[in-house]
Amino acid sequence: MSDTLTPASPALTAKDFATDQEVRWCPGCGDYSILKQVQTILPQTGLPRENIVIISGIGCSSRFPYYMNTYGMHSIHGRATAIASGLKATRPELSVWIVTGDGDGLSIGGNHTIHLLRRNFNVNILLFNNQIYGLTKGQYSPTSEEHKVTKSTPAGSLDHPFNPLALAMGADASFIARSMDRDPKHLQQMLLRANGHNGASLLEIYQNCNIFNDGAFEIFTEKGSKPEEALFLEHGQPLIFGADKNKGIRLDGYKPVVVNLGEGMNADDLWIHDETDFFKAQILTRLFDDPTRQGHFPRPFGVFYAADRATYENSMSLQIEEIIAKKGKGNLDSLLQGKETWVIE
Amino acid sequence: MSVPTRVIDDVVIKFAGDSGDGMQLTGSQFTNNTALIGNDLSTFPDFPAEIRAPQGTVPGVSGYQLHFSSNRIFTPGDSCDVLVAMNAAALKVNLKMLKKGGIIIANTDGFDTKNLRLANYPEGANPLEDGTVSGYELYKIDVTKLTREALKDIQMGVKEKDRAKNMFVLGFLYWLYNRDMQSTFSFLHDKFSSKPEILESNIKAIQAGYNFGDTIEAFTSRYKVEKAKLPAGNYRGITGNTALAYGLIAASQMSSLPLFLGTYPITPASDILHELARHKNFGIRTFQAEDEIAGISAAIGAAYGGSLGVTTTSGPGMALKTEAMGLAVMLEIPLVIVNIQRGGPSTGLPTKTEQSDLLQAYYGRNGECPMPVISTATPSDCFDVAYEAVRIAVQHMTPVILLSDGYIANGSEPWRYPQSKDLQPIEVTFKKQLAEGEEKYLPYQRDEKLVRPWAVPGTAGLEHRIGGLEKEAITGNVSYDPDNHEAMVKTREAKVDLIADYIPEQTLDSGPEQGDVLVLGWGSTYGAIKSAAAELQEQGKSVAHAHLRYLRPFPRNLGAMLQNYKHILVPEINNGQLIKIIRDKFLVDAKAYNKIKGVPITRTELVSVISELLA
Ligand SMILES: Cc1ncc(C[n+]2csc(CCOP(=O)(O)OP(=O)(O)O)c2C)c(N)n1
Ligand code: SF4
Ligand SMILES: [Mg+2]
Repeated sequence: MSDTLTPASPALTAKDFATDQEVRWCPGCGDYSILKQVQTILPQTGLPRENIVIISGIGCSSRFPYYMNTYGMHSIHGRATAIASGLKATRPELSVWIVTGDGDGLSIGGNHTIHLLRRNFNVNILLFNNQIYGLTKGQYSPTSEEHKVTKSTPAGSLDHPFNPLALAMGADASFIARSMDRDPKHLQQMLLRANGHNGASLLEIYQNCNIFNDGAFEIFTEKGSKPEEALFLEHGQPLIFGADKNKGIRLDGYKPVVVNLGEGMNADDLWIHDETDFFKAQILTRLFDDPTRQGHFPRPFGVFYAADRATYENSMSLQIEEIIAKKGKGNLDSLLQGKETWVIE
Repeated sequence: MSVPTRVIDDVVIKFAGDSGDGMQLTGSQFTNNTALIGNDLSTFPDFPAEIRAPQGTVPGVSGYQLHFSSNRIFTPGDSCDVLVAMNAAALKVNLKMLKKGGIIIANTDGFDTKNLRLANYPEGANPLEDGTVSGYELYKIDVTKLTREALKDIQMGVKEKDRAKNMFVLGFLYWLYNRDMQSTFSFLHDKFSSKPEILESNIKAIQAGYNFGDTIEAFTSRYKVEKAKLPAGNYRGITGNTALAYGLIAASQMSSLPLFLGTYPITPASDILHELARHKNFGIRTFQAEDEIAGISAAIGAAYGGSLGVTTTSGPGMALKTEAMGLAVMLEIPLVIVNIQRGGPSTGLPTKTEQSDLLQAYYGRNGECPMPVISTATPSDCFDVAYEAVRIAVQHMTPVILLSDGYIANGSEPWRYPQSKDLQPIEVTFKKQLAEGEEKYLPYQRDEKLVRPWAVPGTAGLEHRIGGLEKEAITGNVSYDPDNHEAMVKTREAKVDLIADYIPEQTLDSGPEQGDVLVLGWGSTYGAIKSAAAELQEQGKSVAHAHLRYLRPFPRNLGAMLQNYKHILVPEINNGQLIKIIRDKFLVDAKAYNKIKGVPITRTELVSVISELLA
C-alpha cells in the first residue's frame, strides 16, 4: 500500500469511479469485467480519486482511462510505461496505474516495459493479454500461439510467442501475478495485491477478445476444464489442482512433476508456494506449455513473485536529499557566477 | 629572458593533434586563461566522431581553434595565425587554415617516419623539411623528448609521461603569450587531487614548457593581447551547452517548477544531461531513459504532473521523438524539446555542425501539428533562449522546440552573466479548483491567449482524462465530429500564431533600416554574418543584418522589415530551409547562400557573396 496517501473521506463506491462516457468495447468483451473489478477494488484501497492516475497506450484495452473518474491519459502506442515513469519520478505520492495490451506493452512498447520493471517504479501495470491485436481488427500479437491463423498470417504465424511473466522475471520485476477476466473474485484479489506492492507490479490478465480471438483462454476459464487446467497459487500452500483436488506439483530437483495425491504422496510432499523465492518463481513462470499437449502442466494463476526492492522514485528523492544535505540547496547566483570571473569596468 | 613583448590586437590559434593528444583540454585551458585576462574570445572545437580514431591518421585529428582579441569578435576566425601541430596528420589537415607567414609550432617527434606514413605523406617526404612550409615561420620542438626529460625524476612509465606532452605545449604557449598559469594549476589540483604523480607530472611539464620558452632563443618576441573593450559588467567564460543547462535551471528556479530532464545520450547534446546531473541540489531530476522515445515520454509524464519537462537530443533522436511531440501538441502541455543539430541525415556527421533540422522542427510531424520554434545564435545566447523557451512553454501551454547546433554547443565565449534579480520571474498558474458557478472541469476551455488550464493530478475536483485522440472543444472529450476537428486544427494553429503578441518585435543587429541588402540569419551563422556586415558597413555599403531568434511564429514586424531592402540574403548551413519558409510566408525573392560541409560559414565567404549582390 502506498504509504504517503491519505484515505479519502467520505467512503467512495464503485460508482464514484465511473464516468459519463459511453463504454465502447464490443459487447461481451473481457475488458468490461476488468473495468468493473478495478472500479470495485479502488474504494477498498482508500485512495482519494484525485491521487489516482491511469495511463494507457493504444489498443482496445487502452481506452480504459476514459471510463475511470480519476486522472487519466490515453497516450500513444507503447509509451504509457515511459510516460508513467516520468510522472512517478516527479510525483511519487500519486497512485499510478498503467493499462496496456499485449501488443502495446510487449510489442511496440516492450522495451519500455522491461526498463520500467528493472527500475522498479512503484506503479501497477495491468497487461490485458488477449493474444491478439484487437483495435486493428485481428492481427496476431507477440503472445499469440505459433501457427496462429489471422488476417495478417493466413498461412499461420511463424513467431514464437513471449512468455510475459518469464520476460518480467528476466527484467527483475519485483511483483508478478496472473489473473483472468472471468474470475472476478480472483481478479479483485490480484488487483489489491498489485496495488499493495511497493514497487513495479506486473499483473497479466487473460482477457477474452470475443470478436477476433474468442475462447483463447477458455480452457483455463470455463467451469468444465478450469479445475484441471488452472492452478491457483497461494503463499505457503502446496501446489494442488484438479476437480477433486487430487493432483499436485512436486519438485524433483529443479524439475517440476505432476503427481497424484493419495498414492503414497500427500500434500506435505508437494511444492509449497513461496512468493519470495526468486528461483522457484522462475520455474513457475515456465509452467507455460501448450494446454493441448499431452502431459502438460496446469497454468498457474496468482502471485508468482513478490519481493521488496528499492523503488526508483524513492531512490531518486533520497539522492537529491543527500546531495542537498551535503552541498546545500542550489544557489542560482553562485551557479551563474561560477568559479572564475573577471570584471570589465 | 630578454625577448621583448609585442602588443597585438587579435590572434587565432589552432591546437591540432591526434585525438589522443589532449588537444581539447589544452585548448580549453588556454581559453579559460584567456577569458580571465579579459580578452574577447570565440572557440571552435572540432573533433572526430570516434573516441580513438586510428592513431596518427588524418581522420584521427582533433582540433581546437581559439580566437582572442582586444576588440569585439564574433567568430573563431576564418584562418589562423598560429598552428600547433602535434603530428604530421595535424599539419596536413590544418595547413590550409594558416595565414601566409603564420607560425607553426611542430612537435618533431610527430613527424617521424611512422607518423609521416600514417598521415599518407609520400615515401621519404617530410613537410617540415621539403619546403612545404617555407612560407611560414616554423618552430620545431621535440616535445616528446623534452617532456620525458622534464619528468625524468618522477616514478612513472614512459607512456604515462608522454601523456603530459600537451601540458608542455600549453606551458610553452603561456610563455609565448605572457600568461600567468595559475588558472591551470588550480584546475589540475582539483582534477588530480587524488593522483599526486599525475598532478606532479602535469605541473612539471607545464613549467618545463614555459621555461623552454625562456631559454631557447628562437623566438624574437613574446605577445600580449590587452583586455577587450566589452560592455562593463561581470564576466565568465561559458560554452553553449552549459549556458543552455543554466538557462533551464534558472527558468526552473524563477518559475518554481521542478526541472525534469528525460533524455538519451547523443552527441552533441549529452553535455546538457551531464551538466544538469551535476546540479541535483537544485531539486533537478535527470532521467537517462532507454531511448529517445522514453526520454520525451517521461518528460511528458513529468509535465503532466506539474514539473518543467525537458528533453534534449540531436537529429536522429529528434526523429524518434516525433510521435510523442504530436501527443504533447494534442495534450497542450508545456514541454521544452532541445535539438542540438548536427550533420544529417541518419547518423550523418555526429561531431560536425549543421542547421538542417529546421524544416523538421517546423513540419516534421504527422497531421497539422504546429509548435513554436526558437533558436540560439551564440554560446551565451543559449542561456536566454532556454529561459525564453520555458517561458513560452508554460505560459502558452505548448511544447516548444529549441534549436541549437554543435558549433554553438561546444563553442565558448565570454558571458556577462546575469544575477537572479535581473531575471524576469516566469509566472505559472495551476488550476486549483472549480471557479464560481463552474460545475465540471473543462480541460479545453481557453483564455484570451487560447491557452487551456494546467490542472495536475492530486487536485481534488478536477479529475479529467486527456489523450491523443481528437478532442471536443472545451470539454476535451473524444470527438470525431468533422467540424470540431477542423476547428481544433485551426485553434491549435492560432494558439501558436498568437504567441507573436507575446514576443519582442524583430530588431536589426546592425545596418540601415532600409537599403540594398538585408542579411537574414538564424542560429550559429550569427558571428560570421555580423562580422561580414560590419566589414561592408565600414566600406560604406548599405548592408543590414537581422538575426531571428523566433522562428515560429515570426515576430509580427518581420514581413514589413523585409520590404525595406532591395535584396534579402539568407545564409544557412543547410540546403536552404529558412529561405523556403520566408519565401512561402512573405512572397519575397530572397536569395540563399548555403554551405553544407559540416563547418561554419566564414566571414570571408559572406563578404564576397554580399558583395556580388551589391555589384
Ligand atoms: C505508432 C502506432 N503504430 C500502430 C498503431 C496501430 N495500432 C493501434 S492498437 C494496435 C495493437 C493493439 O493491440 P493490443 O495492444 O494487444 O491491444 P488490444 O486492442 O488487443 O487491446 C496497433 C497496431 C498505432 N496506433 N500507433
Ligand atoms: S475487438 Fe476484441 S478486445 Fe477489442 S473491444 Fe472488441 S472484443 Fe474487446
Ligand atoms: Mg491485444
